[in-house]
Amino acid sequence: MNIHEYQAKELFKKYNVPTLRGHIAFTPDEAVKAAQELGGNIWVVKAQIHAGGRGLGGGVKLAKSTSEVREMAAQILGMQLVTHQTGPEGKLVQKVYIEEGADIKKEYYLGLLLDRALKMPIMMASTEGGMAIEEVAHNTPEKIIKVSIDPLTGFQSFHGRKLAFGLGLPVEEINTFIKFASALYKVYMDHDAEMIEINPLVKTGDGKFLALDAKMGFDNNALYRQSQVNEMRDLSEEEPTEIEAGKFGLSYIKLDGDVGCMVNGAGLAMGTMDTINYEGGKPANFLDVGGSASAETVAKGFEIILKDPNVKAIFVNIFGGIVRCDRVANGIIEATKITNVNVPVIVRLDGTNAIEAAEILNNAGIANIVAATDLADGARKAVAAAKGE
Amino acid sequence: MSILVNKDTKVIVQGFTGKEGTFHAEQCIAYGTKIVGGVTPGKGGQEHLGQPVFNTVEEAVRATGATVSMIFVPPAFVSDAVMEAADAGISLAVIITEGAPVKDMMFAKAYAVKKDMMTIGPNCPGIITADECKIGIMPGFIFKKGNIGLISKSGTLTYESANQVVKEGFGITTAVGIGGDPIIGLSYKQLLPMFEADPETHAIVMIGEIGGDLEIQAAAYIKEHITKPVVAFIAGQTAPAGKRMGHAGAIISGGAGTAAEKMAALEAAGVKVVVSPADIGKAIAEVMGKLKK
Repeated sequence: MNIHEYQAKELFKKYNVPTLRGHIAFTPDEAVKAAQELGGNIWVVKAQIHAGGRGLGGGVKLAKSTSEVREMAAQILGMQLVTHQTGPEGKLVQKVYIEEGADIKKEYYLGLLLDRALKMPIMMASTEGGMAIEEVAHNTPEKIIKVSIDPLTGFQSFHGRKLAFGLGLPVEEINTFIKFASALYKVYMDHDAEMIEINPLVKTGDGKFLALDAKMGFDNNALYRQSQVNEMRDLSEEEPTEIEAGKFGLSYIKLDGDVGCMVNGAGLAMGTMDTINYEGGKPANFLDVGGSASAETVAKGFEIILKDPNVKAIFVNIFGGIVRCDRVANGIIEATKITNVNVPVIVRLDGTNAIEAAEILNNAGIANIVAATDLADGARKAVAAAKGE
Repeated sequence: MSILVNKDTKVIVQGFTGKEGTFHAEQCIAYGTKIVGGVTPGKGGQEHLGQPVFNTVEEAVRATGATVSMIFVPPAFVSDAVMEAADAGISLAVIITEGAPVKDMMFAKAYAVKKDMMTIGPNCPGIITADECKIGIMPGFIFKKGNIGLISKSGTLTYESANQVVKEGFGITTAVGIGGDPIIGLSYKQLLPMFEADPETHAIVMIGEIGGDLEIQAAAYIKEHITKPVVAFIAGQTAPAGKRMGHAGAIISGGAGTAAEKMAALEAAGVKVVVSPADIGKAIAEVMGKLKK
């Protein structure tokens, strides 16, 4: 789960990670009011969406008067902001963050994330603030300094020193930086974050460090104990069908092809998409129905897949392990009674009781259900059906 | 021969008397696994599935001599259970539980390393040595005995691959489902040398997926150290960037962790990489030098 910049900064403030003052606004009027409350003569109007690259897309603007604040807020609010992370359709901006201006002397990058191989958090810093860290890693990897932090002992001053000296900070600024980094580590651990990115981290004219931007993502498995983070969840930033699927224990992601798929297990679900692609088709979705594949979940799966008007055929690929294929076959038949399935359904059931399952499906005599013998056969038939062959 | 577990391996179950623990322990016993007892705090002294129940892992180990623990406790209590096993001298914990917080696993794994305990999982189907010992939730009948070792991040793809291998006339030595979470225990790099050293294993199937770089590390290791043929499939070639594909760890972030880069690295290491998971069995037949027409 991700949160907005202004929400991440709220968490930062509680842990004394320095940020600028700012207010959230849903209308141009509120934006002006926010600017007046902040005072000063320069403000930044920032679109709040769950995607990076907002500045380049025209979602972050500098205002030098309250009338400019109004003008820019009016421009940004309601726009479909397109960045390299939103896809071509962009994301609707529903709120802007009005922030006071800052005296920026230098920009850096600071991030915290999990190193899966080391099984511990790593903190990364770079002098190349404001640039996409992936690009820096690719073009000038020597400009990224990394420290791994043993969770059993936590963040130590030497971690901070290594980063600070690596960034070439003067000695008198080292302790300020260590304090900042140490507080940030605490934010990360205390909230079950999976990633924090501050890009840019800025140094001001008076030698202070500030999080000018803030991006945070969280471990979904830990949300049950993070009530504060949970309250920050913005459902309007998520796909409605994915939310709906989640309520039924289904894991669904919409894609742009025309062959719907329903599979048990995440790995096999991805593998099924890949097989459809290999056979010359395009998957319309990722859908893991989980272990049980009962009539109810299968019916819900059909319903969710068919909400996508592009779907021309559905490939049901179930490898029955503990779950018996005959029960799944009955589930599919039941499901077609609950949900009106008006496209060809190619069914491949393998594993426990697969032979009985094939019989059940054949005997049911449902016109648009086609049996497949294995993964490749199923994918081929589904691709052909989607093409109207 | 096999790796890690065999017919003599003594196994206890943490979360023994729960619904999941009971169902799967029963299946394991039916398969032939030596389940010698279980742990459910507060139910010590009782008997369950014909085996003793203990309050603590320490007591269970002392009384039964178990070396492996199969863990079924709920997500919020997994790290505690793993650490208890490590503390009690268990040498391998197989963590089946799905949905454990990453931070908890980070601490549990750090402690396990300190106590010299190996772990498999979490969020995995477990480990099976064909016809000898099943520790996990996989359907045992698919895994006919043979000479192919199998390592996979995905449960159902493990079954799919084993099934294809068997249909081609081969079989499995040991299959390990290593799990698809961001933090997992034994991975390719630790398991590959075990299969390399196992005289009964003649070839290895490796199933990976998008996210992280364990497969890239495996490729580097294979290039240097593995002489047996390896067949690999990487799931998620068609997955969009930035989206989590079911498994908590299956996400392409910042352009890294793609299937394409993993496939290229494995191919460069001499691995036979299949584009379609439907070709795993055929690829094994090919590398085993007896492709059936």
